[in-house]
Amino acid sequence: MAVVQTRDLTKVFKEGQLGAVNNVNLETREGEFLVFLGPSGSGKTTLLRMIAGLETPTSGDILIGGKVVNNLSPRDRRIAMVFQSYALYPHLSVYKNIAFPLRAQNVKKELHKAKVEWAASLLGIGALLDRKPRELSGGERQRVALARAIVREPAVFLLDEPLSNLDAKLRASAREELERFHRGVGTTSIYVTHDQVEAMAMGDRVMVLNKGVVHQLGTPTEVYDNPADTFVATFLGSPPMNLVEMGDVIVGFRPEHFRPGSATAGDSVKFRFKIENREYLGSEWIVSGTLVGGKFEGKKIFSRLGSAQDLRLDDTCDFVVPQRELKFFDRTTEKRVEPRGLSWQ
Amino acid sequence: MAVTNNVARGKIKSIGAAQSPLLGAAMFSPAVLYIVLLVGGPFLLAIFYAFSDARIGNTEMHYVGLENFRSILQSPSFHVALRNSLIFTICSQIVVIVGANILAISLENTFRGRGLIRFLILLPWVAPIALGAIGWKWILDSIYSVITWVLVAAHIYKPFSAPMWLGEPSLAIASVLLVHSWRLMPFSTVILLAGRTAIPKDIPEAAAVDGAGFWRTQLQIVIPMMRPIISVAVLFGLIFTFTDMTVVYILTAGGPFDSTQTLPSLAFAFGIQGSDLAAGAAVSLFLVPVLVIIAYFMLRVAHRAEVN
Amino acid sequence: MSKGMPRSVWTKIVHVLVLGTFTILLAFPFYWMLITSFKQNVDLYTMENNPFIFNAKPTLDHVKFLFTETRFVRWLGNTAFVGVVVVAITLLLAVPAAYSLARLSGRWGERLGIGIFLTYLIPPTLLFIPLSRVVAYLGLQDSLWALILVYPTFTIPFSTWLLMGFFKSIPKELEDAAMVDGLTRFGAFVKLVIPISVSGILTVVIFTFTLVTQEFVYALTFISSESNQMIGTGIPIFLVRGDVYYWGALMAACLIASLPIAFMYNLFLDRFIAGFTVGAVK
Repeated sequence: MAVVQTRDLTKVFKEGQLGAVNNVNLETREGEFLVFLGPSGSGKTTLLRMIAGLETPTSGDILIGGKVVNNLSPRDRRIAMVFQSYALYPHLSVYKNIAFPLRAQNVKKELHKAKVEWAASLLGIGALLDRKPRELSGGERQRVALARAIVREPAVFLLDEPLSNLDAKLRASAREELERFHRGVGTTSIYVTHDQVEAMAMGDRVMVLNKGVVHQLGTPTEVYDNPADTFVATFLGSPPMNLVEMGDVIVGFRPEHFRPGSATAGDSVKFRFKIENREYLGSEWIVSGTLVGGKFEGKKIFSRLGSAQDLRLDDTCDFVVPQRELKFFDRTTEKRVEPRGLSWQ
Repeated sequence: MAVTNNVARGKIKSIGAAQSPLLGAAMFSPAVLYIVLLVGGPFLLAIFYAFSDARIGNTEMHYVGLENFRSILQSPSFHVALRNSLIFTICSQIVVIVGANILAISLENTFRGRGLIRFLILLPWVAPIALGAIGWKWILDSIYSVITWVLVAAHIYKPFSAPMWLGEPSLAIASVLLVHSWRLMPFSTVILLAGRTAIPKDIPEAAAVDGAGFWRTQLQIVIPMMRPIISVAVLFGLIFTFTDMTVVYILTAGGPFDSTQTLPSLAFAFGIQGSDLAAGAAVSLFLVPVLVIIAYFMLRVAHRAEVN
Repeated sequence: MSKGMPRSVWTKIVHVLVLGTFTILLAFPFYWMLITSFKQNVDLYTMENNPFIFNAKPTLDHVKFLFTETRFVRWLGNTAFVGVVVVAITLLLAVPAAYSLARLSGRWGERLGIGIFLTYLIPPTLLFIPLSRVVAYLGLQDSLWALILVYPTFTIPFSTWLLMGFFKSIPKELEDAAMVDGLTRFGAFVKLVIPISVSGILTVVIFTFTLVTQEFVYALTFISSESNQMIGTGIPIFLVRGDVYYWGALMAACLIASLPIAFMYNLFLDRFIAGFTVGAVK
């Protein structure tokens, strides 16, 4: 088990252009499941690949277990990687796929069988050992990829969006399997995804990236309830946080905190809200519309409600947001600032 | 929207079903007919000749049973030709497959000048066979060969005592082998290169992460994955070499003393130069068994590709 | 090493060495043709001279000889003529055949496709003897029309196969949409599919032409007189007077005949590979 650190890690692909990864500093905790979250092009995959040794950094250092590994090839870094497509060797049986890392590291042949069977039983694929990858389902392929990764007992697991090729229904169960797997083996893992639901569900900590820069590193609670800037605030949560501009600050509040009601004194802000669309999702409603009157005339706002039976299209109602749920961001830097009293009229 | 789609689908079904078979047949019949008449017909004629005593210039022709085959099988030049056909084909193929794999690995990544290199490497395949062979004939000339000059200049041979590259049987065979390999290498390289680019990029990366070094990745992962493509390159290469008479004809005309004859060049020697159509046809029919075997393997490769 | 792995200097050196060796081995004969074409005979036929340098001034004599005292230009014309006519015949027969076999899914289409492909395995060195009699019977011996008649037997299978792969890659929906709009299937073929396939057809044109220029056995068997030769046969046979090889002119001829074909081939190489590998690369 080891800790992964990067110091001022930068990767520039084309000279003169902004780097794919810019001065990233991070340090994992032992045994944690760390998620790199960001939109496509945010540099999260490039960052992962540099840690793996598949891309060379332009500047900065990568350390695994306290040792600088910049000049080490992937095989010498004691890492294992699960690719988006799983990259199973199509011409080898499941057994041979799992045994390949052992072969490559010149582990004695007599030891192969025991290790492969151990890895296979960990993932419940003992019955599949004679099959070829093309005969397996998506979930089974993920398990083979994990078995192949674990058989070498690496110090760090790197996972590059392994769930994105699965269909929606399968994704949920595969995700749960991954979580169980991590709890079982406890190896430090770094997981890349653009799906903020996955990040929140799976991560011990989430690192939010955009354009090669780290916006925030924290637990799911921290990034969701205490976003560091407007990017983090709007990237997490669906529908995203509502943002309104007031003077030199931007004020944000989540859709689930924007509810119908009359303001009780002091601790809620009241708005007049015209309902323009309602979506029934089964477990909840997403209601969208525009604010009426006052400084925010015409501003589009989302609300999440358990029930919306009484709300009709084109009605204008009273909606409130509790004061304590308001987040404040500086208008120019977009970074989080202390709450302040404002006049809302 | 749904209604129009169904109507459209019904319309297509009726158009397609009514016209396709007839129209399809009309469209491919001319090509099929052409081939049946000018390939199938002559093929049957070749078989016919092989069992007769046909000669150019004779108007008569009689059935002679297996006589032609008997006399051919007894002739020493036939055995040499059969041996040579197999040696040239198999040996050049081995050289080419190894060389083409190495070359394909070198050409995989882009680098400056890659287009030019590709152009140069393709020249042996692209130039008409006869012209490439003639070029080699000059290089291997008994007196003015540049190879001879270099060896003499390096004091490996004394002047006038260098071997005759096309004049001594074993060297002549080596020369023919060289030219066949030279000509085939670009073709195989290009096909293997296509096969390599079809391999997903994360497979070699996974192998690297798993701990495999460069050669292990190539030999245990990449090249085995290329098996269908390698099969295509090999099978086509076998056909091109086995059925070629041009290289031998130009380089050595079958000599010295018939030592470099192959089945096709011998068929030409008997049939056209010797005017003995029957003997020529009989010799060329010996190509058929090998071609049938190759065809069988090609169909297997194609079938496997369909199934996967 | 491939795909973004850290490269060492050693790897680069090996890479250059390997590539250099292969390139030299493969391209050397053409370089040699180039040098020989411009060397004076005195220089060529003096054994002691270093063949890698010009010991006498370079000369255009061989090229002049080639163009004025041999039938080289005539052979170029013959080849071009045969090439054009054969390409026309091939397109006329192979394009509709390929289309119907590509769209005619089911047993017959598959079977015929394979059958056409298999004829490619019946080589000219098997058929040239009976075909020489057929040609004589038709009175076409020593005529370019013999070649024009026979060449499509290998250009059609090859072209049909190339085009089949090409047509299969055009989405069926395009023709379905055209037919819903009122075109017949044949109309859709002519008005829609052919215009889309211009680059595929062009590829077939180029490769058919190169097949024609490369062919040797039939050209050798059917054509005897000097003026009717193709460049593939004329150069090796008729630039030799008795036992004397006119190497200078020979090499110049080889080069002049080979290079344009090489340029054309390179332009369309990717298509060619796609045609060859369409089944096996999945």
